[in-house]
Amino acid sequence: MSDRRYSKDHEYVALEGDIATLGISDYAQSQLGDIVFIELPDVGKKVVKGKEIAVIESVKAASEVYSPVGGEVVEVNSQLGETPALVNDDPLGRGWLVKVRISDPGECASLMDAAAYSSFLKTL
Amino acid sequence: MTELDVAPTAPSALAKLPLDALHRRLGARMAPFAGYEMPLQYEAGIVAETAHTRRAASLFDVSHMGQAILAGAGVARALETLASADLISLAPERTRYTQLLNETGGILDDLLVTRLPGVEERLLLVVNAARKQHDFALIAAALPRFDFNPLDRVLLALQGPRAAAVLGALLPGAEDLAFLGWRAFDFGGAPLFVSRSGYTGEDGFELSLRAEHAADLAHLLLAHEDVGPAGLGARDALRLEAGLPLYGHDLDETTDPVEAGLGWSIGKRRRIEGGFPGYARIRQGFELGPARMRVGLLPRSKAPLREGAALHALEDETVGHVTSGGFSPTLQRPIAMGYVAINHAKVGATLSATLRDKRIEVDVAALPFVAHRYFRTPVGKDAR
Repeated sequence: MSDRRYSKDHEYVALEGDIATLGISDYAQSQLGDIVFIELPDVGKKVVKGKEIAVIESVKAASEVYSPVGGEVVEVNSQLGETPALVNDDPLGRGWLVKVRISDPGECASLMDAAAYSSFLKTL
Repeated sequence: MTELDVAPTAPSALAKLPLDALHRRLGARMAPFAGYEMPLQYEAGIVAETAHTRRAASLFDVSHMGQAILAGAGVARALETLASADLISLAPERTRYTQLLNETGGILDDLLVTRLPGVEERLLLVVNAARKQHDFALIAAALPRFDFNPLDRVLLALQGPRAAAVLGALLPGAEDLAFLGWRAFDFGGAPLFVSRSGYTGEDGFELSLRAEHAADLAHLLLAHEDVGPAGLGARDALRLEAGLPLYGHDLDETTDPVEAGLGWSIGKRRRIEGGFPGYARIRQGFELGPARMRVGLLPRSKAPLREGAALHALEDETVGHVTSGGFSPTLQRPIAMGYVAINHAKVGATLSATLRDKRIEVDVAALPFVAHRYFRTPVGKDAR
């Protein structure tokens, strides 16, 4: 999707109106390996840009997911409770994590587009 | 996002395995461990590699571990002054598990000792990667009259129910080795040490050979349809499922062998005679029972309980802590182990832990979580 934007911490947001769908990049899921549990926030929770919004547990380790935008959680991906591996299988699609009603659309502007993120990955 | 529990190490400080190029060709994701760049997992991933090991066979590169030969008349008796196993009775071509102990009975390292064949008294030692410099310095200083030679050899582990058939086809007779039996085979004109041992709870072998022959052996084994490569991630999951302690996590200088559930490795003669560091504490542990025990833990949560988590009795008192925890690919649930005060360590007792601000209940469980399937010599055959 052309409107998907990425953070340097490997989260993405896909914006439709004022609703941002958050997830982790394909690179991030491949680095984590097999995902076995995801702790998601409650609907209604206020999130702050750069602060923890979820925790992803792989077989090896727990990893924090930081929200690239601030706002309020309006929906979480309830399928991940039973099938956390959706994030491995389809991180940009069915493996989305959280939908946030964003408070400042300008925050997305500071994120990378797909081409810039792809260049960024080559520097790692 | 960020991993919560991985400390970065400068890549330049890391040693490469002799088979580094092979691992990269196989698509390994490398990670720092004990000063080495080690394959953490291959393309299949930790869950699939664990399942493959339990179903067929996996090849692990564990060349980061320390290998050495300690030789000289009376060497088994001498090593008994540092370690608690009965080493004098160890027959040629047999391997025994033991621990190096400190003066208070704490574990300095755990290791495998093999009595090599031949007229000369020689012991082959395999120690943990992170402890090899420590162990080698300790042994060389404590036993100066003996020849001590660290070995520069690749160490591969072939583990799983198909391991014996695969290795036996390549090295006839290997499939008949007893559990903890050892033999030197010829491979390409050079000695290949084969020990029927491992760290997965499955039948399997550890294979030690010089680096120049190691790629040939690895290729031959990996060419078999039953064998896939597996990394440290699967190795850690497998050993946790098998209830096997990991040095630096479940064992350290503050844990003694009795409370670690390793009393079985201290032979009867050694329990009576002593003569190893920390004997007073260990004898007391045997006589009175230890104050705490290493136990299995089953969290009643979907999230894994990780190392370091405190364990509470239901009235909030801290009664122990988690030393290893993760997700069991075989059981498809979180599993852990840790130390718990003896009056709370009974299988079936319920404790609690705090996981990211949430209270979860944790049941004390028997180890192993996944039953061992070590090779048992058929009745009527010689145990060698």
